[in-house]
Amino acid sequence: MFWKYGLFFSILSGGIWGIFWQIFFTVIGILTLGIPLSLEISQIMIIGPLVGILYIISQKFLSIKFHISAIIIITFLIFISHLGNPYQVEDENRLIIFMLILLTSFFIWVSLNHSLYNLSPGKLSKYDIESFFIKFLWGLGLIILILITLIPFYIMIMTSLKNQQSLILNPLDLSINLNTDFKTLFNSYIELFTNFNFHLFLINSFIVSCTTVIITLFFSIPGAYALARLRIPNKKIFSGAVILIYLIPSIVLIIPLYVIFSYIGLRNSLFGLILVYPATTIPVALYMLRGYFSALSSEIDDAALMDGLSRIQIILKIAIPLSKPAIVSVALYVFMIAWNEFLIAFMFLDDPSIFTLSRGIMSLNSSEIPQQHLMAGAVIATIPVMIIFLYLEKFLISGLSAGGVKG
Amino acid sequence: MTIIKKKNKNTLLEKEKKLGLILLLPTILIVLSVVIFPLLANFWISFKPVSLGDLRPPKLIVKERIKGNLSEKSQIAEIQYRFRNSSIKYDLENVIIKDIIPNGFTVKDLQPAQFCKLKLKELICNLDNVSSRSSGKIILKVHKNDQWQKELDNLKKTKPLVTFSSKNILTSFEFNTENFKKVFSASEFFEVLKVSFYYTIFGTAGALLVGLLAAQILQKSFRGRSIVRGLLLFPYVSPVIAVAFAWVILFDPFSGIVNSMLVQMNVIDKPINFFGQKYTDIIIFGYVFKFPLALSMVIAFEIWRYFPLSFLFILARIQSFPEEVYDAAKIDGASPLQQFYYISLPFLIGIMSILFLLRFIWTFNKFDDIFLLTGGNAGTRTFTVNVYEQAFAISNLGAGAAVAVVIFIFLLTFSLLFMRYSKKETF
Repeated sequence: MFWKYGLFFSILSGGIWGIFWQIFFTVIGILTLGIPLSLEISQIMIIGPLVGILYIISQKFLSIKFHISAIIIITFLIFISHLGNPYQVEDENRLIIFMLILLTSFFIWVSLNHSLYNLSPGKLSKYDIESFFIKFLWGLGLIILILITLIPFYIMIMTSLKNQQSLILNPLDLSINLNTDFKTLFNSYIELFTNFNFHLFLINSFIVSCTTVIITLFFSIPGAYALARLRIPNKKIFSGAVILIYLIPSIVLIIPLYVIFSYIGLRNSLFGLILVYPATTIPVALYMLRGYFSALSSEIDDAALMDGLSRIQIILKIAIPLSKPAIVSVALYVFMIAWNEFLIAFMFLDDPSIFTLSRGIMSLNSSEIPQQHLMAGAVIATIPVMIIFLYLEKFLISGLSAGGVKG
Repeated sequence: MTIIKKKNKNTLLEKEKKLGLILLLPTILIVLSVVIFPLLANFWISFKPVSLGDLRPPKLIVKERIKGNLSEKSQIAEIQYRFRNSSIKYDLENVIIKDIIPNGFTVKDLQPAQFCKLKLKELICNLDNVSSRSSGKIILKVHKNDQWQKELDNLKKTKPLVTFSSKNILTSFEFNTENFKKVFSASEFFEVLKVSFYYTIFGTAGALLVGLLAAQILQKSFRGRSIVRGLLLFPYVSPVIAVAFAWVILFDPFSGIVNSMLVQMNVIDKPINFFGQKYTDIIIFGYVFKFPLALSMVIAFEIWRYFPLSFLFILARIQSFPEEVYDAAKIDGASPLQQFYYISLPFLIGIMSILFLLRFIWTFNKFDDIFLLTGGNAGTRTFTVNVYEQAFAISNLGAGAAVAVVIFIFLLTFSLLFMRYSKKETF
């Protein structure tokens, strides 16, 4: 069977990598040049497999020199197949196109070098075939995964640094023009902070989130300790109730909360938010911390009790210091929930001076306010979470994996 | 001796019980007041015809003023009380207006005489019923005496005291099942049900599969793995409002990059409104197939945003797995796919089914994402969006609460399933 031969796989991967990188760099070309380039894949569908064959038969003499000449050969082939002028561009863009094609060739060769490495052109065993596919899909999967994850974030940042004119003129120009002065580049941000009260929103969000974290910890640490250590009647029912309550979404509670808070006059206030947020986070925190506290050895507690410490003292002097990392994780996770919360803030807050960031960004979502302002708002809301995340990734990841089934 | 010891132990136990309850009390209180009470209130509201307008309770507005020439010479003046029912829907019952007439005046005439009387210096008007939107006047003809100048300020200072009772739809004991009838009989109920389950099943399964794939990819160690692992968590930790709007702008039909790119590359001839178009025709082998575009986009967003979570859990589970088993399998000649199918998958199936159930519940409850992306239009209205739509867009709070009850019943069923299932698995 022909498809059991290494040669077939070299043709296959050559073709697929060729098409993939051709599309990728055409997109990059459109984005950097800002001019239409039409995608032609018929040529690369022939060149790719040829390069695949070239790689697999020349595998024995691989050296730096050979790699370089192979890349030059691919570039040459692409130019020949397009009659010397790929994409039919004007003269001044030729150099960039040349660079793109060179990059395309480079990546095709590197990808082949990864997926075809040590593959013989002859008949392959089942093991080798599967290994090839896994290696091949691994590389492709990794690239696609990273691209898909990051593209929306890039769009967010890029749009926020544009001005109205250039966005309308050419929506495809994805480059960030770093040569302009600070004021034009960060115009949207300056606007948001001077005319749209974003400094207030930022402060409000911080107040609400930090208060939520403090209240949550203040209530959940003793509660979790009690559930983990003390002999309380109906403990199991209580633990089950914690999980159940933790699963109740705010959309089910929003109507009665809206009604009740309207009646008692707390709806349009930050105090109202600070009352509601901990109620949604305490069950999660309790659930997470109970697990951590149960994992601590109870012998320490017993020893401390013998020494005459009270339970409260044990919580303060033993349980909390011993589970500091866990408490940091819980605090970060709760902060993230409160910072990102949208529905309750959206329903509760009417007065622009007490908007949180989520609510503030929602108010930018109108046809009168330009897109780049909306995206600048999104970046402002994302940055603090990102900073926390990057600095304390380890803690947040353990927080996410302990309680992260919510969200 | 033994008896004393036992007694000691008991008191210790009692003490512990007491302390435990004290430590848990603040949590219990806050959860009762902000979660359980509203939950019950939601059931209450769902059986009542309440609209947003009912949140402003009806009031009797009374304005007092003095008419007539109040100078040294003239003797007669008029005190007027004008009252008005602020509500356009509800009547006010047992309305009583009371006020003190200051010493400087003597009342000569009282209109309307059948409702009002004067008890010494106190005016009591028993108006009984003031129907909605209606208004009226109480007129007092007064003669002033010597002290009037001093008392004039007093007249203005003392505000009339108003008491009344009104039917408040929220606190009355009238119930009906109109809201539920409305929710279930609407032709869109089955549409909403279908969309909810499509969204939940495909969103959950998709996120789980992509998470599994990502975990498989990152299982292999390579340079920069921890950075990539951090990157992949970005969609999940960012505020939903930020990433949802980034998607909206990315797929915008007028200035979105995806549309202009597809047009430039000649893949499509005119821009597609990804989040606003219910169906798009896809032709496969001559058959025209109606593809639910907006719903699929919303599901894609759901997968994009929540795959990091499944990825994190699955990767953690994979990394806790002993390496030797794979080595042994390799020696026995198991191919990579066999290794995955016979070793990894059975090992992961437990965590994956738990994740599926939990994520299923959360996806079913998801509101923010769909609301921000499409506003529930173009065939993406799930139950959660319907709560908002009924309660705040059509301002029928009762119907919204009824939809919330339906969600809660689904949620309860799912969670009981989850509780039963998760007992078997350690989580």
